[in-house]
Amino acid sequence: MTEAMRKILQHCRDNGDFDAVIDAVPYAGLLGIKLHAMDLQPTFILPANKDNIGNPMLPAIHGGVIAGCMETSAALHLLMTMESIALPKIIDFSIDYLRAGRLQDTFVSCQVWRQGSRVANVAINAWQTDPGEPIATARAHFLLVQE
Amino acid sequence: MSDQLTQRATRFVSVLPHCRVLNMTVEYADGEKVILKLPYSEAIIGNPDNGIVAGGSLTTLMDTACGTAAFNCFEDGEVCPTLDLRMDYHRAAKPGENLIGEARVVKRANSLVFTQGEVRQESDNVVVATCTANFMRIGLRLGSK
Repeated sequence: MTEAMRKILQHCRDNGDFDAVIDAVPYAGLLGIKLHAMDLQPTFILPANKDNIGNPMLPAIHGGVIAGCMETSAALHLLMTMESIALPKIIDFSIDYLRAGRLQDTFVSCQVWRQGSRVANVAINAWQTDPGEPIATARAHFLLVQE
Repeated sequence: MSDQLTQRATRFVSVLPHCRVLNMTVEYADGEKVILKLPYSEAIIGNPDNGIVAGGSLTTLMDTACGTAAFNCFEDGEVCPTLDLRMDYHRAAKPGENLIGEARVVKRANSLVFTQGEVRQESDNVVVATCTANFMRIGLRLGSK
């Protein structure tokens, strides 16, 4: 990890302000991912953005964008909630699409089911109006990288 | 025939706003196979420390490639929404490498299309990720062909 990134991470952990670390990831900026709320666990938001459309007829968000947002949110979730790890590396990712992602704000939350010394298993949910009606559910494995 | 199908796939992909943002292009398409190109750009970097692209950009490449293969395997073209998709990331793509996504229709069924594919680095053909994705056929009644 570069010294600049280490400083950003340290600042974020000291102040509980993770916007800077999200802003440091270009792909998160491309999609528009932001931290929505930080209660016990973080919730991320993907604001409605025409650049993220994959089906112009409905219109609906590109399935790849929904997946990319969920995967990036899971990596950020690990970074924010675990002590002393760098940005984890994705090993595998599996997504089930439940409903079309309409052109409106999308929310993402994660559940870390297991964090071993090398690998973390994360479940990820995405919803729009009602958390009880997710638009997609996913799971991922990440390789943890020590700082 | 493959020229026509490449043109049809190009029209299909070129109207998808997010694929335009990523500058994704169709390299080849026939009735079974689609090859797309995702050029490297700073916007898709997932790790600012080393310039490695985000897994999500590869997922978008393969969702598009597999979805286009599903669309193109029907004579008149059928837009099929993704039911589920899995990516296995074998290795990090080298920073600066353009990525080539190839998708194949494995089985075309009454209600579903099963696809598989992989992502390769353009310069050396090294596979960086594999993908399996299933698509629903819509507008069909149960039991219809």
